[in-house]
Amino acid sequence: METMRETAAVTSASVARPAVALHDVTIAFRLGGDVVYTAVEHASLAVADGEFVAIVGPTGCGKSTLLNVAAGLFPPTSGRVEIAAGPLVGLNRSAGYLFQAEALFPWKTALDNVAIGLEIAGTAAAEAKARAESWLTRVGLAGFASRYPHMLSGGQRKRVGLAQVLIRDPKLLLMDEPFGPLDAQTRQIMGNLLLDLWSADRKAVIFVTHDLEEAIALSDRVVIMSAGPAARIIGAWQVPLKRPRDIGEVKLERAFHDLHREIWQVLKDEVLKGYARTGGG
Amino acid sequence: MSRLTLLILQLLVAVVAIAIWHVLTTVPVFGAIVLPPFFFSTPGDVAARIVKWFVEGTIWRHLWITLVEALLAFVIGSLGGVLVGFWFARQPLIAAVFDPYVKMVNALPRVVLAPIFALWLGLGIWSKVALGVTLVFFIVFFNVYQGVKEVSPTILANARMLGMSEQQLMRHVYWPSALSWMFSSLHTSVGFAVVGAVVGEYLGSAAGLGYIIQQAEGVFDVAGVFAGMFVLAAFVIVIDAFVTMIERRLLVWRPAAAETRP
Repeated sequence: METMRETAAVTSASVARPAVALHDVTIAFRLGGDVVYTAVEHASLAVADGEFVAIVGPTGCGKSTLLNVAAGLFPPTSGRVEIAAGPLVGLNRSAGYLFQAEALFPWKTALDNVAIGLEIAGTAAAEAKARAESWLTRVGLAGFASRYPHMLSGGQRKRVGLAQVLIRDPKLLLMDEPFGPLDAQTRQIMGNLLLDLWSADRKAVIFVTHDLEEAIALSDRVVIMSAGPAARIIGAWQVPLKRPRDIGEVKLERAFHDLHREIWQVLKDEVLKGYARTGGG
Repeated sequence: MSRLTLLILQLLVAVVAIAIWHVLTTVPVFGAIVLPPFFFSTPGDVAARIVKWFVEGTIWRHLWITLVEALLAFVIGSLGGVLVGFWFARQPLIAAVFDPYVKMVNALPRVVLAPIFALWLGLGIWSKVALGVTLVFFIVFFNVYQGVKEVSPTILANARMLGMSEQQLMRHVYWPSALSWMFSSLHTSVGFAVVGAVVGEYLGSAAGLGYIIQQAEGVFDVAGVFAGMFVLAAFVIVIDAFVTMIERRLLVWRPAAAETRP
């Protein structure tokens, strides 16, 4: 199993045509005055077309920051971001982003929330609505089209969010602890739904989570980040589990446990460091 | 508690209050009436006056004038508040420059403006509308400003990632958010529109509910003052019911708990 561990540098060079590639990215924020907070330092990561990569790290290690840079929501302080079309300038138009916090438009119904991505791109309203309807069915929400977000449960809102992002058919799917606030059973169901939808047309995925089990069960490759500040990518593991997977069953396999134990050896130290720095918060 | 019980209890409060008023103003206690009817009138006199107004039909013109003034004040004030609120929220420099003046004008008791408006706009309805506008404008302005500023950053980022242009952000994100804040202050702003109209009438006019009350007061006609107050109160309750109806329509997307927002 040890052979599967790659260094971060190898990872970024070994992908031929990446959906997104971060080269030696450093992200720092000015906190006011001369105080500069370095969130992420010298991170390199390339995600191939159709690859499902999970980023795992202790709380506050800058995983989300890295995702925001890949999305083009803000530029890195130093380093380069490349997408299939070339260097990334401004927003990453080829990416879809599923946020951790509530991101649905509360004043739109589930149907309108899903259709909006097509409507603003110029699709006729009737066609956009029809396609949104079929996407709602695909995420298991047929019959909930006219509900407003506050009338849906947390899991249902995440389903709407997933449909809202996927209806635009992005090349790259960025997910920031999307199932974080959900209960364990719902997370498992949502994970399986995600894998189902993903296997239909294999987009590149970056899935940020602090849950190592979830990361292994979902992804092709698990990338571990160190505790912040100045977090680095400290390792990457290929996941040797066959697809299609069922998240509940895959967790019972021997290979799953072996990999989990191996990665946890590395992650544990970082989690403890993270706790020590933030005072357990 | 069922709706019927609640309604009965609510009516009971009015009945008891009026009964006490009636007893204290008409039944002598130890040879003296506690509340002299000259100062407090009696429920009977007040009711008779109200009935007379409606039977003779004189009240309708005054109600109509007050309604028109309040509506105009509400519409003009809201329009101005929405436009300026939007403008300020999207142009932080403008907001920063005007900030002390906005606070200054808003802190000013609006009653002192009434004579100036009467001077500028005459004793017709427009001086009352102007007074109402100065009240409504600030409520709507502050709410819209807040609504545009406080759009959740996640929703904004999501809108951007979905490909919205600046113009589409306006239409699909800022506008609905600002409107929701404006509607949540609908009761207050409509209430203030009525206040502006009535206070304006009271300070100088030839028609309206405020005028009736002021005229009655001028000749120590306490029954007239009370009758005017009751008609005004009923008028406000009817308008408030309308606002509640409109609000239910417009804010279906909002959870019930959020209705307590000021």
